[in-house]
This record gives sequence, structure tokens and C-alpha cells, in this order.
Amino acid sequence: MASLALPDRLNRLPLLTVVAVLALGGFSLLVLYSAAGGSLRPWALNQGVRFAAMFVMMLGISQLDMRIWMRFAYPIYGLCLILLLAVEIIGQVGGGSQRWLNLGVINLQPSELMKIAVVLALARYYHFLPRANVKSWKALVFPATLLALPAALVMLQPDLGTALAILFGGTAIVFLGGASAWLFITGGALAIVAIPLAVKFLLHGYQQKRVLIFLDPEADPLGAGYHITQSKIAIGSGGIGGKGFMSGTQSHLQYLPELHTDFIFATMSEEWGLIGGLFVIACFAIIIARGVGTALTARTIFAQLVAMGMSATLFFYVFVNLAMVMGFAPVVGIPLPLMSYGGSAMLTATLLVGILLSVHGQRDRTRLTEGPGRI
Amino acid sequence: MRTDAERQHTFTRRAIFVGGLQAAAAALLGGRMVYLSVFESEKYSTLAEENRVAVRLIPPRRGWIVDRNEKPIAINQPEYRLEMVPEQIDDIPAMLSRLQSFLKLPPEEMQRIREEIDAKPAYLPIEIASNVDWQEYSAINVRLPELDGVQPVRGFTRYYPEGAAVGHLMGYVGAPTREQWLEHDRDPLFLHPAFKVGKDGVERELDERLRGKQGARRVEVNARGRIIRDLETQPDVPGETVRLSIDRDLQAFSARRIGPESGSVVVIDTRTGEILTMVSMPAFDPNDFSDGISQKEWDALMGDEMRPLINKCVQGVYPPGSTFKPVTALAALAAGISPDDRVVCSGGYQLGRHRFACWRRGGHGATDLYKGIYQSCNVYFYTRGRQIGIEAIHDMGAKLGLGQSYDTLQLPHQNSGILPDPAWKRDRYNQDWLVGETLNSSIGQGYNAMSPLQLAVMAARVASGHAVMPTLLAGDSHQGAPLDIDPVHLQDVRHGMDLCVNGPAGTAGRSRLPLSDVRMGGKTGTAQVRALAKNRGGGIPWKYRDHGLFIAFAPVENPRYAISVTVEHGGGGSVAAAPIAKDVMTFIYDKDKALASLRRLEDAWGITPVAGDLFRRPETIRTESADGLAGTTRPA
Repeated sequence: MASLALPDRLNRLPLLTVVAVLALGGFSLLVLYSAAGGSLRPWALNQGVRFAAMFVMMLGISQLDMRIWMRFAYPIYGLCLILLLAVEIIGQVGGGSQRWLNLGVINLQPSELMKIAVVLALARYYHFLPRANVKSWKALVFPATLLALPAALVMLQPDLGTALAILFGGTAIVFLGGASAWLFITGGALAIVAIPLAVKFLLHGYQQKRVLIFLDPEADPLGAGYHITQSKIAIGSGGIGGKGFMSGTQSHLQYLPELHTDFIFATMSEEWGLIGGLFVIACFAIIIARGVGTALTARTIFAQLVAMGMSATLFFYVFVNLAMVMGFAPVVGIPLPLMSYGGSAMLTATLLVGILLSVHGQRDRTRLTEGPGRI
Repeated sequence: MRTDAERQHTFTRRAIFVGGLQAAAAALLGGRMVYLSVFESEKYSTLAEENRVAVRLIPPRRGWIVDRNEKPIAINQPEYRLEMVPEQIDDIPAMLSRLQSFLKLPPEEMQRIREEIDAKPAYLPIEIASNVDWQEYSAINVRLPELDGVQPVRGFTRYYPEGAAVGHLMGYVGAPTREQWLEHDRDPLFLHPAFKVGKDGVERELDERLRGKQGARRVEVNARGRIIRDLETQPDVPGETVRLSIDRDLQAFSARRIGPESGSVVVIDTRTGEILTMVSMPAFDPNDFSDGISQKEWDALMGDEMRPLINKCVQGVYPPGSTFKPVTALAALAAGISPDDRVVCSGGYQLGRHRFACWRRGGHGATDLYKGIYQSCNVYFYTRGRQIGIEAIHDMGAKLGLGQSYDTLQLPHQNSGILPDPAWKRDRYNQDWLVGETLNSSIGQGYNAMSPLQLAVMAARVASGHAVMPTLLAGDSHQGAPLDIDPVHLQDVRHGMDLCVNGPAGTAGRSRLPLSDVRMGGKTGTAQVRALAKNRGGGIPWKYRDHGLFIAFAPVENPRYAISVTVEHGGGGSVAAAPIAKDVMTFIYDKDKALASLRRLEDAWGITPVAGDLFRRPETIRTESADGLAGTTRPA
């Protein structure tokens, strides 16, 4: 196991996933180049260097022993929690909210790493949870705490999008880990009833307005609905084949907000059309489907849950972002993994795929340690 | 959960469920993508195009106003302006304070800008500064990238080379009112900062013809409203060039000749009714209004006792005094009284217990019609007035164009004055007409009130024998039908007026034309402001002094020009008004002679002419050029 027959091991990587990651990262560079008006600066060059480094890192991580993730799941989680607290404290002291720590090379967002840490920690917990206890209510206390702490800290930042991502990934694992189905059925039912009530009674006026604008963006085309409307115009006006590379008007004339980060999909679609859009969706579908496939074929609970958790987290990102730019979801400020400009988001995405790949490579393992995790 | 197998089974089932949900979500996104970019593509393409392309109005260049010899009276001068579109500015107060520091805008301008921001729709540009000089303009241009929503604009302002000399005649231009905007179906052109409409005078009356048709530029704009490039331009159609009957040089000369006085000069072509000159002084400079007048300037104009905002030619009415006597004379002739029939003037006329005085205390002795005119004998006209009655005088006045405003004239606010008769008095005061009032009316006092323009029309009708109507348009002849007056009678009155100027004892004898071949016939008049006799001469406040009036025509044998001169509080007509008429008439025939006379006067007044532009060469007048804008330089 420790021997590094690298070429052979790399050969065993799921080629399609790696190609999809490369395709998305490369495509992103083209779009950023165009968005800057046909210039490598300020985005494409930075992003290219970063992507190259992180792609290599991703391949490196894919070669790590899966047991490392198992062993360090809790310490990683603990470290992320401390970093989150640190960010919160620095933010408080500095007088203003802050989400990142400046590490020199990169502005690290602990909340990004937390999404991965939560998945690992919960997977480890369920791996060792005696099967007889899986459905008991007591067994939910620990996962609930694991989820609630970071989610609460991230909400304080405030960063609703990331908090929801953490909750989504964690909940997926609790569900897949075997918790009572009734929990989710009643939970889901309660949510359906509670959300409109919460919107009505708990949200502030401006928050309500945001929700309402999401439901009907054209009602306020120059106000808060502006982003969504312009994004839909960009995508729709692209048509089937797009307006052509470097020919997007919505992006180049600055009608599209955040054209290089959250709305990069719209920037891309305007120039590459339906074909480009479906290509990107397909690339993400390949990565996520491959993750689900890994989970279904993995032989340990930890591997199964990590694979499912990672792909669910990635899915959440992609879905929320695309739904937002296509006018399906309110503007929550979630970047599109592997495409949006920015270091933290890309770090999360490459780490996530790297871990997914490492699980894929070791899905046939039957024993990770002693204990009830063995099937 | 009892066995590993069962747990595995649950996991697989749930994983497939989650995977299925994700696949469904992917299908949903793909479907949405197809919906947006295939089925809704047309709609969004249109919206993208609407975003990208903006249509910018090009306000039409206002038509020129030129004089009868095509010399420009009102033209358009290129200028640089700054506009801002409030909608495109995030922090308006911050932007305003930055602009204030760049442009050194005075507080009242800032106030105006703030008011406009509140009053106008946010997507329409607001003028920040007009007539920005090149240095400021380039300073702003350099900073444009940090001044989103501010746009430099090259436009035109209205320019009147003769300034105040044409002030009342031209009126002025200004931004349309809200009412005008509503009248024109909320035409956005009416909100454009560069679009001006005529507010008074000829600019207002001929506004439709001068206005032209707007053009449009289709431009590609970014989200901040900044123009990225021009797509296509539909040039504006400049307004019509209007040729006025005015003689610019004569107009300017007349304005200067009035000098420090408050008065007016009207010159009419007796054969066509074309007005060659219409000056009211002192006057405002219409250029001051072209880019907005300041409150201070406005207050100064409003507070001036010489009323520079009033066009005295058409809005001012005065008792015509003795200039009215030709009317009474014609009425008397029409009533069959021979011009040679004499009246003995002993210095007054007794009516009951009241004595109506003649201006010459000692009397004129035996006075016929001619002497009555050239000596301006009141007693002669008292006598004739009483003989023929007020109706006859009134009817003759009406035939000569008094007591009415002229719909042929392209000027607003005409005062029709008062040509009294018993019906008028009954209507106005519900009282019977008194014989004493007939006497007063027969010498142009009493209720009589006429504008300088009316007196000029009267002079033109006496001179031509036609019902001449005044007009300001060149070639727009209103000669009118021959008057229902015996030409011999007119000849008699003109003879009296000839003697008034050229005879040995005429009241205007000092105003003989200094020309060998042209004689002018005229009639002096003095309108009392306060009771007779007390207020002659100096030493009394300006505003209580008499008005001096003079009407004339020339040449006597074959009249071509008629003139009326009014000098407010200038003293008698022979000293105040007639000399002005003399110089103006002289100017028509001999410019050098008239100018020499004017220079002597200006030296005496200590005035260096500034308003007049008489000697400036036309080439030095800056004209609009078409660079940057399509269309012809000068409207054809």
C-alpha cells in the first residue's frame, strides 16, 4: 500500500472524472480571458496558475491512503472549528465581519474547509456507530452537534450559502448513515409548513423582499432582481450556439454582475450558448455520478459515506449556483466550483474531488481499522 | 437495524434515492437551460439588445434668424456642456461635491441641480454646467473614468451678435416649461437639457419654424450608461432660417442712438409694412438668457425704473400728444373743412368756464391747417375737434390703425392702447362723453394711449395712403387696401408735416435731414406726465418729466419710410425725439454722416458702445460647425 507505483496508480484513476475536472478548469480560463475583454489579466492568468497547482495537489491527494482521512477526521474537524472561531474573533476585534484568514499565498476561508471536515467527521462517526444504535434518537445528538456548531458560526459571519452547504452535506450523511426515515419525512413536512411561516414572521422586510423578488424578478428589474434578470438575459440571448467567443454583450458591457465569480456560468452561456451550458452540466454530472458510483461500490461504510457526502456537497454547490443564475433560486452568493474565479472555492473543489478519487482508488478495501465498521 | 446486510441494503437504497434526486436536479437544470436558450431565446435576445443599444436624442439646431440682408441676428454658437444622469450615479451627494470642487459651481447652481434631480425622471440627463471652457472641459474629460454618470456634451447656445439691441425683438430662449412638455405629449425632447424654446419676442412667435426636428444616435452603452461606440446616427433637421424685415445695422444704430435714454424707435417700410427697426431701450441682453440668467441679473433688470424687460414699442402706451394731430387734421378735412380756413389762436380756448390752453401762451394768431400742424397749435385742433366731434376723430384714428393690435405682426404682448370714443367711455366708466374730452382727444391727450408701433403704423398710413399692416418677415408684404381717405387730404397733412421739419417755423426745424436730396416730414409730440406747464425743463425728477414723441416719414415727395420715436421722460418731442428720428433716417441714406453724428453724441455722453456690433465683421462671428455632428453647417 505504501509503495508508490505511481503510473499504475494514476492509471487506475477514473479517467472521465479527471478529464471533466480538467475540462471545467480549462474552460473557466477561456471564459475569464473573454470576460476581461480578451486579456489574461486580471483573472485568467491567476486562475490558471492556481488551477495548475491545485490540480496537481488533487492528483496527490488522490494517492493518499484513505485511512488518513479516517484517522484525522476529528482533528481536522476540530482545527477547522478553531479557525472558524478565530475568524469570528478577529472579525469582532477588527470591527467588522470577516470570512477569511490571510495566509500570504491565499486568503483561506475556514468555512470552505469545514464543508469537507464535516463530511469526514460524520462519516467516521457513522462508520463506528454500532448498527443496532443507528436508528436510535440518542445517536443523533452527536451528529447534530457536529453540524450545528460550524453552521452556527458560519451563519454568524454571515454566510447563508456556506452554512446551508454544510448542513446539506451533513444531513445527507445522516440520512445515508441510516437514521430513521421518519426523521426526514417529518422534517421535510415540517419544513414545507414552516418555511412560508418563517418568511412571513421571522424575516425582516428586506429579507422578505428578496424572497419575493426571487419569485418574480421582473417585478423589480433595476433593484434586487437586477442580477437574476441580467443573468437570464445573458443565458437566453446566447441561444443554442452562443454569441461567439469574446462577443458577449451582457458581460462586456457590464450588465452582468459578478461576471467572473458567481455569474460565470451566465458569462459563459452568453458566448457558448446551450451547447456550452450542457457541456458544463455534463462535466459536473460525470464527476458527481462517478462519486455516487464509487459510494455504491465501496465496501466500507466510511468510504461509502465519504464518497456520497463529497459528491452531495459538490452537487449542492453546482445546483444552487446554476439554479441561481438561471433564475431558479435566490441570489445567495455561492460560486460555481472549478469555474468561478477565486482561490478558496477552487481549493475546496479540488480537495473534494481529490478525496473522492482517493476513495475511488481504495473502494475495494474491506477493513479500515478494528471495530464495527466492517461489513 | 439488525444486520450489516440490512444496513448495507438501506444505504444502497438511500444512495440510489439521493443519486436519483441529483439526476433529476441535473435534468431540471438542463431543461431550464434548454428553455432559456431555445424557447425564450428570442425574448432575451431582444432584451440584451435593448440593454446594449440606447437611443440618444440629438436636439435639433435652432434655425437662424437673419436680417433682410441675410446678416445674422440669432445664431448658434458651439459650446461644451456637462450633463449627468442621476440614475447612473451611486452616491449623488458625493458626486455633486466632487463636481463642485472641479468646476467651482456657485451655491445657487448647486441648488438648481439638486432641484432638477428631484424634479426630473432619474434616467434623463441634467445639465451640470453649460458654457464650460476648454480647460475645465478637458480637466473633466481626463477624470471621466471616475465620474460614472457624468457626460460631456458638445452642443450649441443661442447667440445674438447685436446683444441688447435686439433683446426685445428677439425675446430669448430657455428650457421648456412643464406645461409645454405636457402639451407635446411628454415628448422627451422637451426634457433634454440642450433643447430650448423661444420664450418671448420673435423667438417665441416663430418657435415652431425655428425648432427643427430632432435627430437620434443609436449607441452601444454599458451598464453605467457610458457610450462605448456609435452604431448609427440620424442627423437632426435644423430649424428653418427665418429672414426678418429688420435691417440689423439700422437696428443697432437706433439702439445706440437712443443712448442713455429710455425710449423706442420703430421704422416701417410704408409700402409693405415691413419693420426695419424696432428698438426699445434700455434692453436686456438676450445672450444672458441663453444659458440661464442668474437671480442677481434678473433682480437688477426687474428693479430698473427704465423697465428694460418691457418692449416699449408694443407694450408701452403713451398719450400721443401732438403726434395725434394729423388724425384730427384728416378728420377735419374729411368733414369738409378747407385746409385754408383759419382759426385765431390767442393762447387758449374757452369752453364754458374752463380755458383750454395752447402751448404758446401768447397764441399763434391766425392759423390754418398747415400752421396748425407745423406750429402744433392746440387751439386750431380744439376748434376743429369741437366742430367735427369725437366720433369723426375716432373713426379717422381707427382708419389709420390706432386702437388695435396687429395680427400680422410676429410679436406677443401687443398692447392695443386706447382710441377713445363715447361708446368706449360708456363701456369703461359708464359715463357720458363730455365736450371737454373731445377737445383733449383732438390734441392727443385725455384718454388717448398709443404704442410707438401704432404711431409708426399711423405715420406709414398717412405717408402711403394704404392700410399698411406691420410685419417682421422679409417679403411678407401687407400694403393693404387704399385708405378711404381723399389723397388730397393726405397730401395736405403731409405738407403740414413737411413744413414742421423743413419750414421756416416748424417745431422740428432743428431736425432737418442733413441731406441734399431727401426731406423728412414729421410731427412732434409731448405727452404730459403731470399737469401742464409745471413740468417743463430741468430740475424736476426724471420720472415726472414729459415724454417726447415724434413721428415722421421720408422722403416727403414719395414716402418710403415711416418712423416713430418715443423718449420716456425726455422732455418735449422736438428736443428729445425728433433728433433721434433725424439721425436714424439719415443712417438709412448716409451711414457715415449718421455715425459721425452719433460719435459726437457718444463722446458727450461719455459712452463707449458695447452692446452694438455694428462694426464687427461678419467673418469674426463664431458660427456652428458640423464637426462631430452630421448635417449641414448652416440650415439651407
